[in-house]
Amino acid sequence: MSELTLLLIRLAFLAVLWFFVIAAVGVIRTDLFGSRTAPAAGARNAGKPAKPVAKPKSKKGEPRQLIVTGGPLQGTTINLTEQPITIGRANDATLVVTDDYASSRHARLFPQDGQWIVEDLGSTNGTYLDRSKVTRPTPVPLGVPIRVGKTVIELRK
Amino acid sequence: MSEVGVSPVPMPAKRRGAQLLMLALAVAIVMGAYANVGLAIDGQIPSGMLTYGLSLGGLMLAAYLVLAKFAPWADPLILPLVTVVNGLGLVMIYRLSESDSGTGRLSSPTNQLLWTLVGIVLFSLTLIFLRDHRALQRLTYTAGAAGLFLLVSPLIPFIGRELNGARIWVGVPGVPSAQIQPAEFAKLALVIFFAGYLVAKRDVLALASRRLLFIDLPRARDLGPVLITWGVSLGVLVMQKDLGSSLLLFGTFIAMLYIATQRSSWVIIGVLLFVGGAVLAGMVFDHVYQRFEVYLNPEDPALFDREFGGSAQLMQGLFALGSGGILGTGLGQGHPELIPLAFSDFIFTAIGEELGLTGLMALLMVYALIVERGLRTALAARDPFSKLLAGGLSFILAWQVFIIVGGVTNLIPLTGLVTPFMSQGGSALLANWILIALLVRMSDAARRPPPQAIQNEGLTQVFQR
Repeated sequence: MSELTLLLIRLAFLAVLWFFVIAAVGVIRTDLFGSRTAPAAGARNAGKPAKPVAKPKSKKGEPRQLIVTGGPLQGTTINLTEQPITIGRANDATLVVTDDYASSRHARLFPQDGQWIVEDLGSTNGTYLDRSKVTRPTPVPLGVPIRVGKTVIELRK
Repeated sequence: MSEVGVSPVPMPAKRRGAQLLMLALAVAIVMGAYANVGLAIDGQIPSGMLTYGLSLGGLMLAAYLVLAKFAPWADPLILPLVTVVNGLGLVMIYRLSESDSGTGRLSSPTNQLLWTLVGIVLFSLTLIFLRDHRALQRLTYTAGAAGLFLLVSPLIPFIGRELNGARIWVGVPGVPSAQIQPAEFAKLALVIFFAGYLVAKRDVLALASRRLLFIDLPRARDLGPVLITWGVSLGVLVMQKDLGSSLLLFGTFIAMLYIATQRSSWVIIGVLLFVGGAVLAGMVFDHVYQRFEVYLNPEDPALFDREFGGSAQLMQGLFALGSGGILGTGLGQGHPELIPLAFSDFIFTAIGEELGLTGLMALLMVYALIVERGLRTALAARDPFSKLLAGGLSFILAWQVFIIVGGVTNLIPLTGLVTPFMSQGGSALLANWILIALLVRMSDAARRPPPQAIQNEGLTQVFQR
């Protein structure tokens, strides 16, 4: 074996070793920022930032915001995403209410087929949609008040 | 809230394809290294290459299939990363056995390959039989007792054995080859115990405190478990002359205590206790003092020539790293066989000589990625026991790499510990494969999507009063 060949083999081996490390980091990256199709689509649209914004706009008539219209947190707004929203006194709730009349995990709002559904999570004092008590998962129309303890929330566009 | 901040979190995918690809690359790297050694030493591809490659590839494929069947959501990177470290260890041991002089004759690549086989069998069995790692929480105190017993078992007459100055072996009397290092398994049992214990006690350890000057000090009676662990680890240090396991054990306990309580005062107390204990042991016991001497002054010729507890091994390791330089001498072209016991504690310097700083950094990155995947699992885990167990197991791996790499590079006093997955030695390899199986099991549970809420109200009403 000539010196040169061995040198080339050595350098190639180190390169492959580092390629392995970088490939591993690449797998982690994909894991963190979504599946392989997502970053590819994102990269393609990188030049035109209008595209990702256009997507939520296309869903006309769907609520975009949750607004607290009554109670101690009045005026708070939460932007709606695909994620469900939990309301309660527990620290891990999306909307943490400090209210003796609310349970720690009081109610939950989640999107389904373009509609937002409210569900009471077995609270002590109940959740009210407009005037009626929520006993089963119920779709929430725009602008109809949901009452959780002293807090009143509404879905807005 | 900005639009970017509220983008939905992507669900973790199974990523089985990526895992298989990375695994194939890992096996290919190991095979390349093997061929490189043969080309450099004999000028030809080693004759056993096909058998060796097929067996390693087959083993990893089997491990992959078990993982895909029994832990389909597991992290895709853990297995390929471990394959690279284990494989490069195998290649290095093979390479050392090829050189006729020095420590080469003591290294045995065939044995190590067999141990890898047993390790992967244990990995698979753990995955197959341990379907829910939370079952381990019920074994908290059993695991604690078992760990303690394994730790002290080398002190039991007849079965305990002393080798190279450390009494850390047990074996069957009369059979010299049948021996294991129980401490390697003890550390697994003890991490399970720490996790279970801290889940039960963390509130009192985290909250009850008195304020003194700037830090919250825990109450005196809550110091009990810390003091007991400290006593046990110092006992290991003194009775078995095993510095490495002692440091490993206590450091892991302190780290898990910190993870559970998020109180830095525990870390400060732990470090002070350990430094105090180590200094005391250094003053009282000769073998500990010798380590300090060597650490502070390895170039001293008197220390270099000392027959027992001298600095010759450490210096040879440093010479090896020096002659390796940035790019290394190339596999099979250095002289790592000059380092005493290069195949076990000092395998890292042997690799450093032949692959250079570049290779060592890649290797450390691989270890760091394994640990990162473990800590990631701890973050994603849903219950406190899993969080603590995954955090503790990842930490013990990282801590072990730090202690041994820091030791051979003279950053910290050298303590005898194996480099995980690389050093020759069955017990450590088996224990670490079980550790990896536990991490894989937990990452499977953590990444598995939560069961979907039943939303078909026509059939079921979930919350009805």
